[in-house]
Amino acid sequence: MNEQAPVTAGSPITSNEQTLLWFGLDPVWLIILKVIGIFVILVVVVLFTIWFERRVVARMQQRIGPNRTGPFGLLQSLMDGMKLAFKEEIFPTAADKAVFILAPILSVVPAYLAWAVIPFGPEVSIFGHTTPLQLTDFPVAVLYILAIASIGIYGVVLSGWASGSTYPLLGGLRSSAQMISYEIAMGLSFVAVFLFAGTMSTSSIVNGQTDLWFGLLVLPSFLIYATAMVGETNRAPFDLPEAESELVGGFHTEYSTMKFALFFLAEYINMVTVSAVAVTLFLGGWRAPWPISIWSGANEGWYPMIWFFLKVFIFIFIFIWLRGTLPRFRYDQFMRFGWKVLIPISVLWILIIAIIRGVSQEQGLTPTPLSITAGIILTVAVLWILGANVKKRRAKNLAENVIPEKFKPNRGGFPVPPLPGQEYRPARRTVVADVGATTGDGGSKTISSEEVHGG
Amino acid sequence: MSATSLLASGTDVGAEIVFWVCATLCVIGALGMLLSRKPVHSALFVALTMINLAILYVALQAPFLGMVQIIVYTGAVMMLFVFVMMIVGVDASDSLIETIRGQRWAAIILVLAFAGLLIGAIVNGLSGVPEPSLEAANSQYGGNLQGIAKIIFTDYIVAFEVTSALLIIAALGAMLLAHRERHTPKPTQEQRSIARFARYAATGELPGNLPPAGTYARHNAIDTPALAPDGSVVPESVPGPLQERGNVRPVDVAAEVEVDEISEGHTVVTVDDDEAGEQR
Repeated sequence: MNEQAPVTAGSPITSNEQTLLWFGLDPVWLIILKVIGIFVILVVVVLFTIWFERRVVARMQQRIGPNRTGPFGLLQSLMDGMKLAFKEEIFPTAADKAVFILAPILSVVPAYLAWAVIPFGPEVSIFGHTTPLQLTDFPVAVLYILAIASIGIYGVVLSGWASGSTYPLLGGLRSSAQMISYEIAMGLSFVAVFLFAGTMSTSSIVNGQTDLWFGLLVLPSFLIYATAMVGETNRAPFDLPEAESELVGGFHTEYSTMKFALFFLAEYINMVTVSAVAVTLFLGGWRAPWPISIWSGANEGWYPMIWFFLKVFIFIFIFIWLRGTLPRFRYDQFMRFGWKVLIPISVLWILIIAIIRGVSQEQGLTPTPLSITAGIILTVAVLWILGANVKKRRAKNLAENVIPEKFKPNRGGFPVPPLPGQEYRPARRTVVADVGATTGDGGSKTISSEEVHGG
Repeated sequence: MSATSLLASGTDVGAEIVFWVCATLCVIGALGMLLSRKPVHSALFVALTMINLAILYVALQAPFLGMVQIIVYTGAVMMLFVFVMMIVGVDASDSLIETIRGQRWAAIILVLAFAGLLIGAIVNGLSGVPEPSLEAANSQYGGNLQGIAKIIFTDYIVAFEVTSALLIIAALGAMLLAHRERHTPKPTQEQRSIARFARYAATGELPGNLPPAGTYARHNAIDTPALAPDGSVVPESVPGPLQERGNVRPVDVAAEVEVDEISEGHTVVTVDDDEAGEQR
């Protein structure tokens, strides 16, 4: 591991932040090129992700998904975007027009801004100029990502308020409460990484994972981040702000055309952003995973971009998988989980990590094995306690609600289905059988009674 | 030169541009906060000012302070303000009626005095103060972040801890004030569901959602009442405002005839539009 070197007075940058020396040297044309590159990559990735999500969810639901526009339906999201651009603009009468227009912009701009500090790869040569595959970096880059995310929440809140309608307001309030609560757990999960990396700059954090990914070193933080990032992006099973069955569409109910497209774009960019942050902070960033990393050229030149996007798309697939699998949380359960489970465990874990770091510095030990062991123990313990809680609640439920042996279809005065263990007595049902079809005298029908099985 | 120093070197043209753009936006934000009628607009202008202040901090070699400014003030404090305003009301705008006599004049005099004081201090400060630079402070411990950490956790540790205790006390106080003891346990989802069905058994009150207008009816327009599976009309399915205005479309006679025919055991009857018209 990258041990924290003693701070030497007078040196401009500590040893952990060596990679910061890469930045601030680009000529203007290269900066513009990088900006355009990031913009194009994000748009293409979003179009691809929308298509990917629709296809994968379709497969999970025994459907095929969009397959008409272009090869494998790949151009579907592009066409949808163009359709949105040409639709009629609608402004609700009660809307606050200025804020109504501002909100989608406030949503989409921060989504792009966060990518300024995401490292795509190491130093490469572009037109004879050696430069890192990253727009810029500075000592507080990860805090910058958090700050930009908190500006992005304004887009959601303001769209809810400016629509002048009930559902958007409720959706906006919900999602901002959700994003703020889960941002705390998210920020806390970064702390352990900062402690081990000794820096908050993204390129240096990737540099610090040369031997071991932080995801393994600070396992509980990684798991907490992976949970919080789903809540932060308002995705299923935490998609309460857009709960179709309760709030129509949540904060963007009143939006149409390009403004809706901007929200959609921002949502998907955010999904890619949190995945990229997870990869950068916990899974070695652009560094090649183990079997590939044996090849010495894997971490040089342009190849790392492949590993980076592979890892990002694994996260995106998990996002889609979650959406295809899990039902939505209830709001109070979701909030309780964030505040009473994720945040306390984060704080406890930071305490443990700080103690491990302090003790190993005093005793001159390497903190790596201690931290990995402690992380695994804490994870198993928390999962075991949560599982035991669920079991206890189930047992209590079973003890309280004794299921009667005999099934009464009208228990309590209203029709009920049979409970587990009860035998379903088939009801007598009247069936109209078309006898005419077999006897050939057409039209005449006999009504017979027979027992119909099943439910 | 690292990215930090590039962002911040005092003689840079870039820094100059950043200052003038952000300073202008700051002042616009401050004026907008004072001059806008709707509280939410005011809050947005404050957020604008704060974000630009943060950029200025970064340009002045205090990147940590800049980021914390955005996360804490823009992301949390202003968000709480916006929250409260959204809950209080969409159209709530300030009334311009003077509640205390002479308040306006007193305010103007005080503002002028304060402005004079500020301008005097700034003019005084412009001469003889060295170019602001954190270069020395930042390089002392190897970076802006390291320097701040060192100072907070050594020289100002008491102030830092007291501040955090104060914030926790405030949060606990707010919780205490808002807390209300329940006299009865909160009904669970299961209990509410059982109660709903018991009501259905006793009074016939529908336990689920009302059918949307137009269900099973001849038209799916919003003013067409839905038909229950047994063919009876569900007048509540038409939204309240339409009922108030008397805009409920009468139920199609043809549909009723058809339902009667089917429930009497006949095969499906097709009713011509003419026939339906005669019956109507």
